[in-house]
Amino acid sequence: MIPSVSSSNQTSTPVIGNSPMLYVVGRIVLYAALLLFTAFFILPFVWLISNSLKDAAHAFDANWLPQPIEWANYVRIFQEVPLLQMARNSLIVAVMGVLAVVLSSSMIAYSLARLQFPGSNLVFLAVLGTMLLPSAVTLVPVYLIWKQLGLVNTLYPLWLGNLFGSSFYIFMLRQFFLNIPQDLIEAARVDGANYYRIYWQIMLPLVRPALLSVAIFEFQAKWNDVMTPLIYIQNPDLRMLPLGLQIFVQHLGYGQFRWELLFAASVLVTLPMILIFFLAQKQFIEGIATTGIKG
Amino acid sequence: MIYKPKRNRRSIPLLRVEASENTSKITRTSGVRGSRLSEEARAGLVFVSPFLLGFVIFTAGPLLFSLYLSFTAYDVLNPPKWIGLANYQRMFSDVRFSKTLFNTVYFTLLHVPTAIPIALGLALLLNANVRGLSFWRTAFYLPQITPVVAAGVLWLRILSPQDGLLNESLALFGIAGPKWTIDAQWVKPALVIMKSWSLGWMVIVYLAALKQVPRDLYEAAIVDGANAFERFWHVTLPMISSVLFFTLVMLTIFSLNVFTEPMVMFPPQVFGGQMGPQDSALFYVLYLFDQAFGKFNMGYASALAWVLFLISIVIVIIQTRGARRFVYTESGKV
Repeated sequence: MIPSVSSSNQTSTPVIGNSPMLYVVGRIVLYAALLLFTAFFILPFVWLISNSLKDAAHAFDANWLPQPIEWANYVRIFQEVPLLQMARNSLIVAVMGVLAVVLSSSMIAYSLARLQFPGSNLVFLAVLGTMLLPSAVTLVPVYLIWKQLGLVNTLYPLWLGNLFGSSFYIFMLRQFFLNIPQDLIEAARVDGANYYRIYWQIMLPLVRPALLSVAIFEFQAKWNDVMTPLIYIQNPDLRMLPLGLQIFVQHLGYGQFRWELLFAASVLVTLPMILIFFLAQKQFIEGIATTGIKG
Repeated sequence: MIYKPKRNRRSIPLLRVEASENTSKITRTSGVRGSRLSEEARAGLVFVSPFLLGFVIFTAGPLLFSLYLSFTAYDVLNPPKWIGLANYQRMFSDVRFSKTLFNTVYFTLLHVPTAIPIALGLALLLNANVRGLSFWRTAFYLPQITPVVAAGVLWLRILSPQDGLLNESLALFGIAGPKWTIDAQWVKPALVIMKSWSLGWMVIVYLAALKQVPRDLYEAAIVDGANAFERFWHVTLPMISSVLFFTLVMLTIFSLNVFTEPMVMFPPQVFGGQMGPQDSALFYVLYLFDQAFGKFNMGYASALAWVLFLISIVIVIIQTRGARRFVYTESGKV
């Protein structure tokens, strides 16, 4: 069994070599490599922001600094595409989806990790099986179910399924629940707490970082989901942000070449995610670092 | 002593957690009272009931139903008509299907072997006691946060043959860049470059794994005179091999299911009904999607889905078999 060391503060690679010269050269090479890769990751994004601020005449030029700076792009996008309405729809789906998936997945994970009941191994196998199943296989029947329920062209198919838990998150949270000391549960049992209270008042607070990771993953997934809205939403009032960007690509981008508007909208759509990541970064990373994807 | 990976017995990647489960269940007090379900078992079943319900409705049921649909002709409006194996036979003569299969396999073979070393390399760099770890980590994760639609459009411009960032950078070194988005031959390499941009999740997973490698193993290796490469080969690699395997399986599945990026970058509206120049960006799920929700050939789409499912299973089994020889874990389970 792999010891689950939560060792984010532990530096695992010892300093190499005994010659200080060699060490300095090594460090220089290291940071140069890091900077090079970081450029690869950050420059496209900087370029995106820069281009979002150019006016229509300069949208194609190769300058990094926009001249003149066209702040009006960020106003114009709201006139071209109902971005606010789309943001509202995206937000509803993302928030409801996150709440539903965090609640359900954590319940299921807690049960699989800490409660003994007949068939629990089979249930866990089903969780793993679902994880490996390409979603394309169930795409058509699931669509037909929602159609039968009369819920196509509503926002419900986009998040309601989260109430049944998501296998990836169940698996991830289960690893966390496994690490919680049994003594805590025993003590609560002695005090007369039932299993529902133990889940709610002891287990959930203890795995907060993991719950936050799940929340961020899911928010990001819903915020960026292109395929599901494409299947279920035809009503223009229910369109969501990714589709809004698609509109810029198809109608404005290729038709009238309004790249700068497209880029401005893209920056705006990305901003909430960056904000969330920055605010939650520390907890989020710790969450992943100790998920025990390693086991 | 140099750390030597042991051969291990079993290799089902996601089952290895069972070992720790046992320990947590040893000190259980409330067992089964009488013949009826204990309070604990009842609570357990209540807690997993959402999953069971969802599994039956949204996984097991649809799985069987799509198997049934794959033997029918079904256009949603009229009831399904049984046509036997016709949908499966149709694939053999379907030119777009073979194109789709070729594109998807080609993309996967190009993407997976390049993405894993790059992500691992980045994680190793970050693991070498660098300053400002949170800055680098955020930088590497930034592309992951960017919505795929925005990223796709952005890369369309970067890869633009005339004045894109990439070809202009190449020109600095006197290299005439290829026509990434126009030349059918270069569309898949272009998509691979674009996908390599968003492998931050793998870097973070690897970094977490690297931080968990016990330090005394390195110290022991240094005492034995192992150089940096030997330490990497005999300590680091075996110790993170189970995570490498996990990402290999996930990345392969993600690659076989690639959808959004080509959908955004090469929409059929632009290429006269084709996905990219000469259907060069027509990937499996895109074709399936088009058959299902564009042409409402639900039966054929279901057959396509099942073929993809079977391909995925075969690939994961092969990977698991292969992993037995390379993956080391302390529990002996992969």
